[in-house]
Amino acid sequence: MMSLKRPRVALFVTCLVDLFRPTVGFAAIKLLEAAGCAVEVPRLQTCCGQPAFNSGDSETARALARSVVGAFEGYDYVVAPSGSCGGMIKKHFPELFEHEPGWRARAEALAAKTFELVSFLVDVRKLDRVSARFSGTVTYHDSCSGLRELGVKEQPRRLLASVEGLRLVEHADAETCCGFGGTFCVKYPEISTHMVAEKCAQAAKTGAGHLLAGDLGCLLNMAGRMRREGRAVSVRHVAEVLADMAEGPGLGEAAGRWSP
Amino acid sequence: MVAVTSPAFEANARAALVDAKLQKALGHIKDGFVQRRTAAAARLPEFDALRDLAKEIKDHTLDHLDLYLAHFERRVTESGGVVHWCRDAAEARETVLTICHAAGAKSVTKGKSMVGEEIALNDFLEKNGIEPVETDLGEYIIQLRREPPSHIIAPAIHVNKEQVAEAFRAAHTELPADRPLEEPAALLAEARAMLRRKFLAADIGITGANFLIAETGSTVIVTNEGNGDLTQMLPRVHVVLASIEKVVPTLEDVSTILRLLARSATGQEFSVYTTFSTGPRRPADLDGPEQFHVILLDNGRSAMLGTPFQEMLRCIRCGACLNHCPVYGAVGGHAYGWVYPGPMGAVLTPWLVGLDQAKHLPNASTFCGKCESVCPMRIPLPGLMRRLRERAHLERLDAPVARGALAAWSFVARRPRLYCAVAAIAARTLASLGGRAGCLRRLPLARGWMQGRDMPAPEGRTFMAQWRERAR
Repeated sequence: MMSLKRPRVALFVTCLVDLFRPTVGFAAIKLLEAAGCAVEVPRLQTCCGQPAFNSGDSETARALARSVVGAFEGYDYVVAPSGSCGGMIKKHFPELFEHEPGWRARAEALAAKTFELVSFLVDVRKLDRVSARFSGTVTYHDSCSGLRELGVKEQPRRLLASVEGLRLVEHADAETCCGFGGTFCVKYPEISTHMVAEKCAQAAKTGAGHLLAGDLGCLLNMAGRMRREGRAVSVRHVAEVLADMAEGPGLGEAAGRWSP
Repeated sequence: MVAVTSPAFEANARAALVDAKLQKALGHIKDGFVQRRTAAAARLPEFDALRDLAKEIKDHTLDHLDLYLAHFERRVTESGGVVHWCRDAAEARETVLTICHAAGAKSVTKGKSMVGEEIALNDFLEKNGIEPVETDLGEYIIQLRREPPSHIIAPAIHVNKEQVAEAFRAAHTELPADRPLEEPAALLAEARAMLRRKFLAADIGITGANFLIAETGSTVIVTNEGNGDLTQMLPRVHVVLASIEKVVPTLEDVSTILRLLARSATGQEFSVYTTFSTGPRRPADLDGPEQFHVILLDNGRSAMLGTPFQEMLRCIRCGACLNHCPVYGAVGGHAYGWVYPGPMGAVLTPWLVGLDQAKHLPNASTFCGKCESVCPMRIPLPGLMRRLRERAHLERLDAPVARGALAAWSFVARRPRLYCAVAAIAARTLASLGGRAGCLRRLPLARGWMQGRDMPAPEGRTFMAQWRERAR
């Protein structure tokens, strides 16, 4: 039974949304409020610690995880507009405390109520449509962590199907990694470039004017490559479209340049 | 030991990315292995349940490995065979040589064996005056080309048919120089004819083992070419090279895991040949070897027992993680610089050649998780790679520049107020550098990123700064 009281949802903004694309944060808030949530943004948030965790610096990752647990455990839910950061909290925070039972219990409790934005809307808030318009053809990239750690696959497609004027076409290998991989893209830039070039080619081949995904890391990577190749494919976060806040330029675009 | 070029992974990878022939060859993996595996798994409703069962079987076996290996040895001995325990590659090579000398062997045929590659047996035998002949077609091709395999089940996947013809012309000088070798069928016929002579002349046949069965003392190989059977049935002596984690308790257990192996590897329901060997020829047998030796190689594996890396010892060498890995798909197997490439190699190689040598391998992954999602033995490959990164960080093996950047970022990220201020400045600076174009083409300290893509400029003000203002 869904409680009549509005659940208190803490937005985990994510460091990339904070720095590069605040619109995604505001779109998330709009969507969560429309889904009946009371949204708060805890002040003491920076990063989930994944860059440290994946670089083998578990001590820093644990320090950041402790501060996230402390800042977010008092809410009914924690929602992030990212499968990668959501996956970090949900899957990897408990692993980080394998030798600290007290913190592990707290991390597990937080993990249980942490969700990626779109899957939270569909799976927890039982949303099956949004009220938004978007005229154009889009293709959707399944970001790896969201897809394989959190099972985000049908949820964004279901909500996109309800956006008025939007047509979704799938690109080949939508589930194949775009080559971002956090620090991977700067440690092994040639391999990363090879992968993102392949991803952009597949997305462009559909003829879609827009490439959407749920993770800003992948989006910056793909948008950066699209711009470098001079492709006329606009790249943006799926939340912007779902929240009817996609009127501004896509990632890496000059205002008005690729207007749909 | 095979030369380890893993420290040069970055240079190896760069060369691989611009090798047009290699790139074309790698393109075939997706159409071949990947699609066939997907179809094979979809046709078997209990596929995922079998994965759980197979994991349980191997976990149980590895928890009691001493017991099952001792039992296996007892059964091999009872059936008239000999088990040789070898701590490392050198011991294994010497043991093979001793067997060769005792048998007066001049020529040895070999079925495909990754342990054979691991201990660099061919070079060693040649140096000792014994001719080793690889009989798996792919292995034969790369033996002629004098290079290591680039894939654990398709060793010559990086070679195209023109290159095969070239290698055959160079090696088979007794054949007419003007013979046509354009068609794959012609290449196959020639290899078959050449190998047939070698099979008949060999004194010893060496195979690997996909499984060892404790219950019966049997060794099992799966092949598609039948070369393994000729290798082990025709010569007087059969030597099996196997690493210790290959053992499973019973025939029933092997049957369970076999249902996963070919499906995961090639998308076949079963390999063409699945051969069980139990001891040497018995008096009533029509054929078979007079001697049956099993070399049990540790080579660092026992050190993995009881650690989180014990999970890696479940690996059945199907190659699914290679086939599905976007990094392997981009650079191929040789870039990894040793015997085992791809995700499984990224976990195993540091244990076998040292993390200092192989530190790039566990780092050269985006952690996309595809490997783990297809591994029939449910090995958490990204998690194990991450643990190796953790060890490399603790041992200060990671690059000083990366360490410094991580430390600086960490200092700021642990202090939310400082972080907010720094992020606000960064957002404004990058936005103004991006200007009206909305993206940056050049940026100091971001050479890696900028080399292949632009940097989309931030919107201008951080989310937190805007939120604070609204909340006021």
